[in-house]
Amino acid sequence: MKRLSITTILILVLAFLAFWVDRPSVKPLDLGRFGYRDLKIHQGLDLKGGVHLVYEGDFSKIEAKDHEKAHQGVLNAIERRINALGVAEPTIQKGQIGDKKTIVVELPGITEIEEAIKMIGQTAQLTFLEQKGEGEKMGWVETGLTGAHLKRADVQMNPQSGQPEVAIEFNAEGAKLFKEITQRNLQKPVAIKLDQDIISAPTVQSVIEEGKGVITGQFSITEAKNLAINLTSGALPVPVKLIEQRNISATLGPESIKKSLVAALLGVFLVALFMISFYRMPGVLAVLALAIYSGIVLALFKLIPVTLTLAGIAGFILSIGMAVDANILIFERMKEELRTGKTLGAAIEEGFKRAWSSIRDSNISSLITCLILIWLGSGLVRGFAVTLALGILVSMFTAVIVTRTFLRLAVGTRLEKSIRFKI
Amino acid sequence: MGSRKKWWFIISGIVILPGFISLFTWGLRWGIDFKGGTLYEVKIKKEEVKIAEVRETLKPLNLPDLTVISTGPSTFLLKTAQIEQEKVDEIKETLKSKFGETEEIRYETVGPVVGKDLKKKAIWAISLACLFIILYIAWAFRNVPKPQSSFKFGISAIAALIHDVLVVLGTFSIIGHFLGYEADAYLITAILTVLGFSVHDTIVVFDRIRENLKRLPGINFETVANESVIQTLTRSINTSLTVILTLLALFLLGGETIKPFVLALLIGITTGTYSSIFNATPLLVVWQRRVKS
Repeated sequence: MKRLSITTILILVLAFLAFWVDRPSVKPLDLGRFGYRDLKIHQGLDLKGGVHLVYEGDFSKIEAKDHEKAHQGVLNAIERRINALGVAEPTIQKGQIGDKKTIVVELPGITEIEEAIKMIGQTAQLTFLEQKGEGEKMGWVETGLTGAHLKRADVQMNPQSGQPEVAIEFNAEGAKLFKEITQRNLQKPVAIKLDQDIISAPTVQSVIEEGKGVITGQFSITEAKNLAINLTSGALPVPVKLIEQRNISATLGPESIKKSLVAALLGVFLVALFMISFYRMPGVLAVLALAIYSGIVLALFKLIPVTLTLAGIAGFILSIGMAVDANILIFERMKEELRTGKTLGAAIEEGFKRAWSSIRDSNISSLITCLILIWLGSGLVRGFAVTLALGILVSMFTAVIVTRTFLRLAVGTRLEKSIRFKI
Repeated sequence: MGSRKKWWFIISGIVILPGFISLFTWGLRWGIDFKGGTLYEVKIKKEEVKIAEVRETLKPLNLPDLTVISTGPSTFLLKTAQIEQEKVDEIKETLKSKFGETEEIRYETVGPVVGKDLKKKAIWAISLACLFIILYIAWAFRNVPKPQSSFKFGISAIAALIHDVLVVLGTFSIIGHFLGYEADAYLITAILTVLGFSVHDTIVVFDRIRENLKRLPGINFETVANESVIQTLTRSINTSLTVILTLLALFLLGGETIKPFVLALLIGITTGTYSSIFNATPLLVVWQRRVKS
């Protein structure tokens, strides 16, 4: 009896903690070295709206052994750019499609999508060119001064034309190179090339020693701002191409959530009704265990945290089905044991013992599927598998331990009668 | 079960057949997730815009492989082969100039490489899942009394599972043809769930066979199998009922986007219950008898 009451207390404490975390108005939790949790349900793009982008890197001009490094470089540069944009909760990840390396970017709640896409995908390789040769043969050649020599870049308004322009400042080495270039090319044009285009080719009026300059061109303010961000955060090591884009409007999300939540609640209600009308008292206990189950899973979603998508919600609802299944298995087994003339206490123990191998084997095979999905799947499929796997693991605990403890508590009390007769 | 066994297989055959034929003649309607393409869903603020008007308005743009579907009042889903952002802007402008204010609901564009990769991954995921489930069942049932072999349990379970997956794919091929439902990444998720549930059901029956074989040594296998199916029948039906109740609620009330997904689950889980009772176990019995004679 003592062991039993410890289990009961543990279950109650766990349930209390779970529901405490589940409260909508819960304050953020500081777990010290385990990190900080804001205890919000993190909604995926399909619920919150936003844009999902996949960029493929072109690594053809880089040696194979440096691919991994360049891939990381692209990720870092894109990350810096997005941080400068000030998007809340972006995710930027490396990905792989076949043998192609990709960067997957998710920007929730963003409105100026097109501008962002243009900015993220820009290689932003800045080069300075000077003229070589005479007459017909005259052409632009690289000076060795590039965007890598920049210390900073800012947007400013040209006081004469009122046009936005980008003010740049070189680092020490860049300033030295710039001085030499301006010396060499006094009264001659020097071109500023951004990726494939020459955006301006001003004529050098004087030797510039302090390593400062401006880039003028036909920029809009946003373009100038984004260029400044890209120049400061560094060029991408390789060019990238947008191969997948999904914009999800913010209006579709809340509507879907609301509908799916109503559906889910109705589903759970129907299941509870069925369990109680079919199994009576044990059914009530199973529904109670199910409530604790939902509480724990939701708390885990907040704590881990799991980003919830529509597919994820579906996975959660299905795991409820599996949790109910475990209880049905146990109750049916208990009924059989009772029919052979066992006492209620013995039937409960035997029912759980005998049903356990079914529950274990069937849940493990579902977990195998989930693990494969988590490993192989992308975005949507993975979200589904994660919530389903979590649900299965928790349901094994609640359906077996929690329900059994409740049933054991009922043995020897007035409740026993209702269990015995209706089962 | 006895002589009725062959009827169970025949019924399954009849259920699979239309889908099977459809799969081979019409195939699946692959969504942009698999074949690549661009999808643009737009709500026109002006009320009562007809789908024919939208089609007519977009005609001059010569969009590759354009299909227009109505997804709500004055809301349309345009699907084309993959097109550039500029072309999408053109669509927006054209609709705006003809119908006034519009609101973009969804815009998705997927390159063909991405789709190919998803197909490959899906096939891998399903094959791997099957393989590991066979291995796990073979291991979990390793103590089954001789002359039964635990691998037969695993393979029979997978046979029932392939049956369920075929039913889902077949149904999708049929409704894809008539209602325009597409095979997308959600369908793969649904199939994998069905796969999990089907094995779930089968294992419950097999577990009982395993137990009864140990409890009642010397009794012929067919009787034991028959007894086990009957003993687990209430559980099988009750469990499926609860899952089907939840899914039905999701199907009737849930968001439009997950409807095909939920439908696939509904079909798969219903047939999954059927197949583990009426296919997996009889298969095991037939196989057992073959070996003996």
